[in-house]
Amino acid sequence: MNSETVIDIQGLTKAFEGRTAVDNISISIKKGEVVGFLGPNGSGKTTTMRMLCGLLRPDKGQGTCLGYDIRAHNVAIKHKIGYMTQKFSFYEDLTIRENLTFVARAYNLNNIHHVVDKTLHDLGLWDRQHQLAGYLSGGWKQRLALAASIMHDPELLLLDEPTAGVDPKARREFWDQIHRLAQNGLTVLVSTHYMDEAERCHRIAYILYGKMVDVGSIDDVICRSGLTTWEIKGEDLGALALSLSEMSGVDQVTYFGNSLHVAGRKQDELNASMKQLQKNKDYAVAQSRTSLEDVFIHYMENKHIE
Amino acid sequence: MIRLSGIKAILIKEFIQVSRDRLTFGIIIGMPIIQLILFGFSINSDPRHLPMGVVIQEHSVFSRNILKGLENSSYFKVVTVFENDKEANVALEKGKMSFVLKINSGFERKLLKGEHPQLLLEADATDPGTVGGALGALSTIVAQSTKFDLPQQISDMTDKSPALIDVVVHRRYNPEGITAYNIIPGLIGTILSMTMIMMTSMALTRERERGTMENLLAMPLSPFDIMMGKILPYIIIGLLQFGVILVAGHFLFAVPFLGSLWLATAMVLTFITANLIIGYLFSTLAKTQLQAMQLTFFFFLPSMLLSGFMFPFFGMPKWAQYLSEIFPITHFLRIIRGILLKGSGFEMIYTEMLSIVAFIIIVGGLALGRFRRTLD
Repeated sequence: MNSETVIDIQGLTKAFEGRTAVDNISISIKKGEVVGFLGPNGSGKTTTMRMLCGLLRPDKGQGTCLGYDIRAHNVAIKHKIGYMTQKFSFYEDLTIRENLTFVARAYNLNNIHHVVDKTLHDLGLWDRQHQLAGYLSGGWKQRLALAASIMHDPELLLLDEPTAGVDPKARREFWDQIHRLAQNGLTVLVSTHYMDEAERCHRIAYILYGKMVDVGSIDDVICRSGLTTWEIKGEDLGALALSLSEMSGVDQVTYFGNSLHVAGRKQDELNASMKQLQKNKDYAVAQSRTSLEDVFIHYMENKHIE
Repeated sequence: MIRLSGIKAILIKEFIQVSRDRLTFGIIIGMPIIQLILFGFSINSDPRHLPMGVVIQEHSVFSRNILKGLENSSYFKVVTVFENDKEANVALEKGKMSFVLKINSGFERKLLKGEHPQLLLEADATDPGTVGGALGALSTIVAQSTKFDLPQQISDMTDKSPALIDVVVHRRYNPEGITAYNIIPGLIGTILSMTMIMMTSMALTRERERGTMENLLAMPLSPFDIMMGKILPYIIIGLLQFGVILVAGHFLFAVPFLGSLWLATAMVLTFITANLIIGYLFSTLAKTQLQAMQLTFFFFLPSMLLSGFMFPFFGMPKWAQYLSEIFPITHFLRIIRGILLKGSGFEMIYTEMLSIVAFIIIVGGLALGRFRRTLD
């Protein structure tokens, strides 16, 4: 095993009451990588993360996390992982400082007072340290949760939809923070639904109905999907959308604001159909770059993965 | 304006929610049935067949008839014949006997001469309610059961005063029959178990309901760390409650404190721990704070009602007595009454303490076993 490999798991599987939530997932992540974990709701992202940090016991599969076996050493792993839960999971009736002090004690850190002070400064929480966590807005709660999950200097950070319900400015600051941490060697696995966030990751892993669909850089993932995409602008797109889906070569039609994205895997057929449509001067029809979103919609609508 | 459709919408939703919560539903249906059977059959405020030990220095037709008379009255039940006073006193102090009857040598001779011999009955009066009925009937029973075997000239005196047999009753440990003497130790037990069980039963469910459990489990904390951390603060709260009741009992009701304060504190600590552990077990069983609360009452009510605090222990049928031996409070009440009212030392109460310790070990093991380090 490469010493720089932080997560290396094969065939991870977990079922709840007969329903398979995570099905035979394998992934390998290197030190300092920021990996985006994408997939629709209920596709198994949270379950996978919980298995990685020892909160759930896998039914099948094996592997290592930070060099520790994920089955045998889940207590040792906990010391070196920071995990930020999807739902805010700190004490609303404690202040920011009290919450952080609690976490510092739970991880048995040395020099607790100093560590907490430093964390409060680093994350810009100093001025609010005596506010009750329950009264914080979404963005500040998220910042507290991030502070708590990195305070013990973990080697791997698991973030489960950290920016859900957070405004764009706070999201941007959050991501800047993540990249600063990654530059210092922290490895980050972050699940998200936002495409702009996915684009800030070094690699993305797309998971659908418990199965890993693709892992790689964004360009690789887009390229491997084999999709060709055209963009159509004009009036009365609603009526057009219905007829479009009947055309040969068209796999999916999606609204993007005032335009339609038409995508398909049979490039020749699709191009022919679109060239036909270009003759209609009511619409502006042009080939466009396939976006990550086009790819995900394609995967979601074609559950049959070869 | 009342909108029936609105009421109906809420009503149907409530029914669905109640039936989804299996534990609550089970308790709603099961509670009345269990309580009815348990308390309907077991609680008896006029206890019969109270255990009595006897020390008989002289056997005669009269001593036999007195014992038979006492038993026939159904108030008393001779369970042990003691060799000497010392053994009998130990049994009384430990609360194994409600009464000890002593018939001294020369009883028959004095009786036949009309010399008014003494018949000594020692009663454990810590709970005046338990022995009251039996003591009230005592003189009549003794007089009735002896008169047929007496010669004519002596038996003629039966109805006259003073009575032929001088029945001396010692109300031990609580000579004036003050009910507060029984209630204060009982309150220590009930208040401690109520608060301790309730507080800890919420301990984990609160974390679970607020969503903080996931975080707690992601941290490197062992189940033992979490259990101890959750329990220890309440030990201090429990000791504080004990102190408050004790001081109030002393100054307001002049309840005696004959034994050692250190011993009492140690026993209270043991008892608090037992309650915290069962509360913690409930905490691992219940999914919500509401369920935790219901489990608390499900345990607390029978343990209090069967403990001998609310109703006389010996008034319950045997099966209920055995059942109540499971509950720590039953043993704790014997201990704390012993220390407060009887001045009992460790040697008198350690068997009761061992029962509580056994409870702690078993329930503690169950709780640690139930605790999941993971979310599945």
